[in-house]
Amino acid sequence: MDYSQFLALKQEIGLLIIFLLVFLYDTFACKKSQGALPVITTVLMAVLVAWGFCPVVKADAVAFAGMYVTSPVMVAIKNILNVGVLIVLIQSIKWANSEFTSVRRGEFYELILLTLLGMYFMISSRHFLMFIIGLETASLPLCALVAFDKNRYESHEAAIKYVLTAVFSSAILLMGLSLVYGLCGTLYYEGISYAIASNFGVMTVVGLAFVMAGFGFKISLVPFHLWTADVYQGAPTSVTSYLSVISKGSAAFAFLVVLTQVFGTLYSEAWEWMLYALIILTITVGNLFAMRQVNMKRFLAFSSISQAGYIMLAVVGDTPMGVSALMFYVLVYVFSNLAAFGVIGAIENATGKVEMTDYNGLYKTNPRLSFTMMLAMFSLAGIPPFAGFFSKFFVFTSALSGSESVALYVLVLIALINTIISLYYYLLVVKAMFINDSETPIATFRSACSERLGMWICVAGIIGLGIISYFYNYLLNVVA
Amino acid sequence: MDITLIWYLVPALVMFCCGVYGFLTRRNMIAMLISLELMLNAVDINFVVFNRYLYPGSMEGWMFTLFGIAIAAAETALAIAIIINLFRVSKNIDVRDATKMKY
Repeated sequence: MDYSQFLALKQEIGLLIIFLLVFLYDTFACKKSQGALPVITTVLMAVLVAWGFCPVVKADAVAFAGMYVTSPVMVAIKNILNVGVLIVLIQSIKWANSEFTSVRRGEFYELILLTLLGMYFMISSRHFLMFIIGLETASLPLCALVAFDKNRYESHEAAIKYVLTAVFSSAILLMGLSLVYGLCGTLYYEGISYAIASNFGVMTVVGLAFVMAGFGFKISLVPFHLWTADVYQGAPTSVTSYLSVISKGSAAFAFLVVLTQVFGTLYSEAWEWMLYALIILTITVGNLFAMRQVNMKRFLAFSSISQAGYIMLAVVGDTPMGVSALMFYVLVYVFSNLAAFGVIGAIENATGKVEMTDYNGLYKTNPRLSFTMMLAMFSLAGIPPFAGFFSKFFVFTSALSGSESVALYVLVLIALINTIISLYYYLLVVKAMFINDSETPIATFRSACSERLGMWICVAGIIGLGIISYFYNYLLNVVA
Repeated sequence: MDITLIWYLVPALVMFCCGVYGFLTRRNMIAMLISLELMLNAVDINFVVFNRYLYPGSMEGWMFTLFGIAIAAAETALAIAIIINLFRVSKNIDVRDATKMKY
């Protein structure tokens, strides 16, 4: 056996070492020093982020008989996920040290790191066995994380809804894979795409549809989105922010890889049109339901459903530019959504309030929090010069750059109209904070140092990614 | 009489459809979990049979089935743990009553 192939797993091995360190510390540290665990994990995560940016010996490498590959694109998307996880960990320090969670905070960090490892393998796999193992490693610990607030009934309800739909969706995905295996006789991405090109038939499309349905559940595209709002509302806020950005971003990238590398030859026959329908439904339904939400976490759940539709727009063009547009969208989405969740989490930790009417008059009492929230909403809605505008712009451009078909133009037009609709509900939050008056506004409070640090990073990201073109150029060069 | 591929595929498909039907109609969470197991096992049968009849030279389908069984076991263990937690809180595992959060 060639042991040098383990060098290709640079980030995975780094993450595994961090996981083991956190696990050993959690198990063996004395009671007095247990309180340092959140800070230690966060620092280790920051080291991993830096480690991810270190240059490697070989940029493109293959391991485990071609089941695992790494390339600059994979490294870039993993770095984006790392940054997102780092922000989530920073924001959750106060929550992890609170009275109710401190007894089992170790599990929170271990499970989070394990799911990240699963996502790494899901992204890097070139064989469906490796892919399924990565997918399950990423989604099963998340079910346990959703049920983390043991004393809240909603947390359990959300967890049971999540675990049942997750298993159902992976069963459907596996069924599709078994059909694909029966047709092609291999589970390597390359082998399948080679076999599909020569015998295209009904079974191929059925297998593809099952696989797309399974992915649709993970990314919460519309006919498969019904679990999203309940799970987001019931889960602890730190877990919700993790679910909405990291889990969704990695699944979207894996979906892109599977669609282009495995089913790439079926682009115009089959999945282009399936994606059309999914995208239009996702964006529209997500927007319409987001308007009538009163709970902030449910509101962001439906907002994230419609954002998933925009992410899929980068896939529908089937161009190399789409890959960089998708990565840039996920990066921007990480910063904007985590800024919003940071504010929600800070207010929830201080006062326990999560309804939109509670935010009335927030500007008068907590101007900085309202300002952060406003930036997040502007970025999510896509108002220039903030990052959200450019991410949407590049996604639209990549959808149109592939072909000249009228259908693509119609699709982008519908997406544009939906952007304007989405402006309405994002600005409802801003209006509540700045214009509406309240008899009992949230009292002025000072959020914890860690929460402020997290929000500062997010605000810097929202403004910096919008103004500095270096980041997008970097992603574009990585793909090319 | 020859037992051919189709003799295995049809039962597997029936099992899968029974699983989907059960998942959508049963209201007890344990029963829903059993339906999910039916679906996963139907997939395992598919993999084994395809490997045995169509591609006997390789072992990919069998390996996948082994991992699939392990994953299904992990999923069941986790789901049962969550159901037990829910039962402790609400004394009820009927999905019709787990409707505090809606729309």
